[in-house]
Amino acid sequence: MQETTGKPRLNAVARAWDSDVAWSFRHSPLAVIAAFVSILIILAAVFAPWIAPHDPFNPATLNLMDGFTAPMEPNQFTGNVYWLGTDNQGRDVFSTILYGARISLFVGFMAVLFAMVLGITLGLIAGYRGGWVDSLLMRVADVQLTFPSILLALLIFGVARGFIPPAYREAMAIWVLIVAIGLSDWVQYARVVRGATMVEKSKEYVQAARVIGAHPAKILLRHILPNVMGPVLVIATIGLALAIIAEATLSFLGVGVPSTQPSLGTLIRIGQGFLFSGEWWILLFPSITLLALALSVNLLGDWLRDALNPRLR
Amino acid sequence: MAPVHKSGPLLSVRDLVVEFPTRRGTLRALDKVSFDIAEGEVLGMVGESGAGKSLTGAAIIGLLEPPGRIAGGEILLRGERIDNLPREKMRRIRGRRIGMVFQDPLTSLNPLYTVAEQLIETIRTHMDVSEKEARKRAVALLDRVGIPAAARRIDDYPHHFSGGMRQRVVIALALAAEPELVIADEPTTALDVSVQAQIIDVLKEICAERGASVMLITHDMGVIAETADRVAVLYAGRLAEIGPVRDVIQAAEHPYTVGLMGSIPTLTQTAERLTQIPGSMPRLDAIQQGCAFNPRCTRAFDRCRVERPDLIARGEERQVACWLYDPAKEAQDV
Amino acid sequence: MSDVLLSVEGLTRRFDVSKPWLNRVIEREDRQFLTATADVSFEIRRGETFALVGESGSGKSTIAKMIVGLLEPSAGEIRFDGQKMDFASGAAMRALRRRFQMIFQDPFASLNPRWRVGDIIAEPIRTFGLLRGAAIGKEVGRLLDLVGLSARDTEKFPHEFSGGQRQRIAIARALSSKPEFIVCDEPTSALDVSVQAQILNLMRDLQDEFGLTYLLISHDLSVVRHMSTRIGVLYLGRLVEIADAKRLFVEPQHPYTRMLLDAVPDLALSGRRRTPVTGEIPNPITPPPGCTFHPRCPHVMDVCRKRTPASVGTASGQAACHLLTADGQNEARETTL
Repeated sequence: MQETTGKPRLNAVARAWDSDVAWSFRHSPLAVIAAFVSILIILAAVFAPWIAPHDPFNPATLNLMDGFTAPMEPNQFTGNVYWLGTDNQGRDVFSTILYGARISLFVGFMAVLFAMVLGITLGLIAGYRGGWVDSLLMRVADVQLTFPSILLALLIFGVARGFIPPAYREAMAIWVLIVAIGLSDWVQYARVVRGATMVEKSKEYVQAARVIGAHPAKILLRHILPNVMGPVLVIATIGLALAIIAEATLSFLGVGVPSTQPSLGTLIRIGQGFLFSGEWWILLFPSITLLALALSVNLLGDWLRDALNPRLR
Repeated sequence: MAPVHKSGPLLSVRDLVVEFPTRRGTLRALDKVSFDIAEGEVLGMVGESGAGKSLTGAAIIGLLEPPGRIAGGEILLRGERIDNLPREKMRRIRGRRIGMVFQDPLTSLNPLYTVAEQLIETIRTHMDVSEKEARKRAVALLDRVGIPAAARRIDDYPHHFSGGMRQRVVIALALAAEPELVIADEPTTALDVSVQAQIIDVLKEICAERGASVMLITHDMGVIAETADRVAVLYAGRLAEIGPVRDVIQAAEHPYTVGLMGSIPTLTQTAERLTQIPGSMPRLDAIQQGCAFNPRCTRAFDRCRVERPDLIARGEERQVACWLYDPAKEAQDV
Repeated sequence: MSDVLLSVEGLTRRFDVSKPWLNRVIEREDRQFLTATADVSFEIRRGETFALVGESGSGKSTIAKMIVGLLEPSAGEIRFDGQKMDFASGAAMRALRRRFQMIFQDPFASLNPRWRVGDIIAEPIRTFGLLRGAAIGKEVGRLLDLVGLSARDTEKFPHEFSGGQRQRIAIARALSSKPEFIVCDEPTSALDVSVQAQILNLMRDLQDEFGLTYLLISHDLSVVRHMSTRIGVLYLGRLVEIADAKRLFVEPQHPYTRMLLDAVPDLALSGRRRTPVTGEIPNPITPPPGCTFHPRCPHVMDVCRKRTPASVGTASGQAACHLLTADGQNEARETTL
C-alpha cells in the first residue's frame, strides 16, 4: 500500500527560486532588465520625498531666478547646478520627474486595481451563471469595445466633472481620472475571467464542491478565482503600462491631473511649450522616464505571458 | 504463430536509447531497448503510461518530438539503418514502407480534403499508377476495411464519418502504399468496446492478407491477447520481458509482468481481490539503480538493487530482464 | 429500515442542442433535443454495488449527475432512503447531502490545484460543520492513513502526487463526510491497470469496513464484473437489462448485453466462440424508432422497428426486448418458419 510520495518539501523561498517561472525569468535577460528598470522607477517614485533634492510643490523653496537652468550647468544668476536642469518656474526637473512618476504610478495602479476588481467580479458572475446574465454583460462589453478606450475615458471624465461641484474638482481630479481609466479598461479582465471561469466550472473539482452543496459564492471565490488569476496577472501588468500611458495622454491633453500636482503627462505638456525655444530638457527627461517606465512594464508583461503559457511561444 | 524467416527480421531495434534534455538534466526515456519484428508478425508493445511505448514507435518512424532525440543504438529495416537517415529520405520511408495508425483518427486525416483525395494522393506519391487506377485501388481498400457503399462514400470528408468508420479510413490510408510494417499506436483506445473489436479484426485481417508486419502499441493486454503473435513488455523505458503472447499472458516470468497480469480484472476470474503491485512506476528522474522495478518487486534481492539485468534468453523465443533467471544463479540454486 | 437505499423512477433528461435562435430562424430549423436518459428506473439496495454499464452516449454519466444533484432531471423522481431528493430546497437537502458523495473519473481535474491536500479533504467536513479546530487536522490525517497515504501529506499540493495517489486523495475527500452512498463515475478509467487494481481493492476494503453502498458507472465490463452485485446495462439512454452480476455474464438476456460481452477482448485466450459485433451507436439526437438497438440486432423482427419494448421480468432482474414477450416469441417463431 505504501507509495513513495513526491520529492522532499523544500522551504518556500527555495521552491520559488526553483519554480519554472523563476527559471524562465533568470534565463530571459530582457525580463531581468525590464524588471530592474521598473523596480528602480517605482522605488524612486515611492521614496520621492526622501530622494528628491527639492520639493517642487513648496513655493517657499522655489526661486524664479533659477528658471531655465540647463542640465549640469551653473545658473547664470544663482550659480546653482541642477542635474537635469529646471523649468520656467525654477523647479528642479529631476525632482518634478520623481514626484510626477509618483502621481502617474499611483493613478496607474489604482486604475488597474479598479478595472481588475470590476472586470473579475463581472467575469466570474457571467462565466458561472451563464444564460441571460452572461449575454447581457458580454453585449455591454462588446459595445464598449467598439469605442477607443481613450475616448471613453475622456467621456467619463467629462461627465464626471459635470457632476462634481467646482470647489471639489481639483481635489477629486485624480479619483475621477482613476475611475475613468478603470472603467474604460474592465472589459479585457471580464472577458478573460469569463472564459477561464467557464473552463474551470466544468472541471470535476468544482463539481465535487457542488455535490456537497457548497455555496456558489464560496465556489467562485475559493475554488475558481485562484485558478483564473494567472492570465489576469498578465493583463494587469500590460494594463498598468497602458493605464500609465492613458493617464499621460489625458494629462497631456489637459484634462487629467491639475498642474499643481503634475504627473509625467502634465510635465510633458508643460515641457512641450519650451521645445522650440531651446529648453529641450524640460520636455526630454520626463518623456524618457515615461517611455522607460511604460516600455519596461510592458516587456515584463510580455515575458510573464510567455512564462505562464509556454504553449503560446 | 509468427512465421519464422531465416532471412532475418523485417525490423530490428538494437539498444535504442532516447533522451530528453531538460533543465534539470537529461532524462532517459528509453534505455537500451532491443527487439525484432519478423516478416508478417504482429508484435504487441505493452506498458503503462510513461513506460515509453509510444516513444518507441515515434523513434522508429523518425517522429520524435523535440527536444527528444535518439542518443544511442540503431534501428534497421531489412538490415538497413533508418535511424540516421536524412529527413527527406525518412519521409519517403514513412507511408511507403512504414504505415501509421494513431489513437485519434482526426490527427491522421486532413479535415479539408475528401477521403478520396487523401487516399489517391498517398497512393500516387508512393506508387507509379494513374489517377483512375489509384481511385480504383482506393475504393477497393475502403471496401476491404468495411466501409459500406465505399464507391460513394469515398468522396465524403472525414467529419462525415463516425469514430469507428474514421479509424477504418485511417487503416486504409496506412495501408494504401502497401507498406511492409504498420505501426499502430493505441488504435482503439478512443473507441467504444463494441467498435474496438471490429477495428482490431479489420487491422489484423488486412495486414495478414497483405503480409504487412504490425507493431501494435497499447496499454490494453486484452487487445494484445486478441491480436499479437508476440508481446514486449516495457517498464520505465526498459524492456522487461518479450515472448510469444500465450506464454507471456499465461505464464509470465518477470515479476512486473506477473503483477500486471494479476491486476487485470477479467470476465472469468472469481477472486475477491485483484493482485496488486505496490506503488507506481517511477518518474524518469527517479529511476533506482539496478533493476528499475526493484523498489516494487517482492522478489528483489541485493543484486537487483545494484546491477541492471539485461535480457536473459529463456528458451528459443523468450527473453526476460530479471536476475531471477540468471543461468549462473539457477545453477547455484540447483 | 427499508432494504432499498436509492430508487430512481422514470428518470428522463433532455438536453437542448438547438442552434442559436437567429440561426434557427434563418436556416428554418426546429429546436433539437437530445434525450440523454429516457425513462430509467432502478433500485439500489443497502450495501450493494450497483453498476451502470454502457458505451458512449448511453447516458450513464447523466444519470450519475442527476442523482448527486449536478443536473436537474427533465422528468422522474429520485428517492434516497425513502425521501424525495429535491435539490432546490436548501435546508432539507443539507442533511441528505451529507449522506452521499461522488468520486470522479479524472484525478487530475477533480482536485483543486491551488489547494493543499489537507484543505481538499477537509472541505466536506467544514462545509457540513462536522468538526472544528484541531479535530479536523486529526481526522484528515486518519483519512489519509485509511486510503494508504501518509498524514504528513496534508501540506502538499495535488501536483506532487501520481494519478493513483490523487485518486486516493479524492476517495479520502469522499469519505470525510462519512457518507453511506458513493457514486463512482468511471473511478479507474484514467488510471493504468496496476494502479486500477490498487484503487479497486481499496474501494472494496472501504466498502467492507464502512458498509458503503456504491453506484459504479463504467464502460469496462471486466471492472464491473469484478466490483458489482447487480448490473444495469444502458443503450442510448435506455436501461435494456438489469441482472445479478453473476447471472448477467452467464446468461445475458438482451441481445445488446450479449454483443457487449462478445466484444470484450478475451484475455484468457480460451478461444470461446463469439458472434462478431456489427454496427455503431447511432446519433442520439435522431435515435432509430422502436427499439433503439434494432439496426444492430441479429434477432430483429418487424415489431422491433415500430414499438419500444417494455421491461419484462427475468430470472434475476428485468430486460427490455420484444424477444422476451409472448408476442415477440410468436413472431420470432413465425419468421423462422
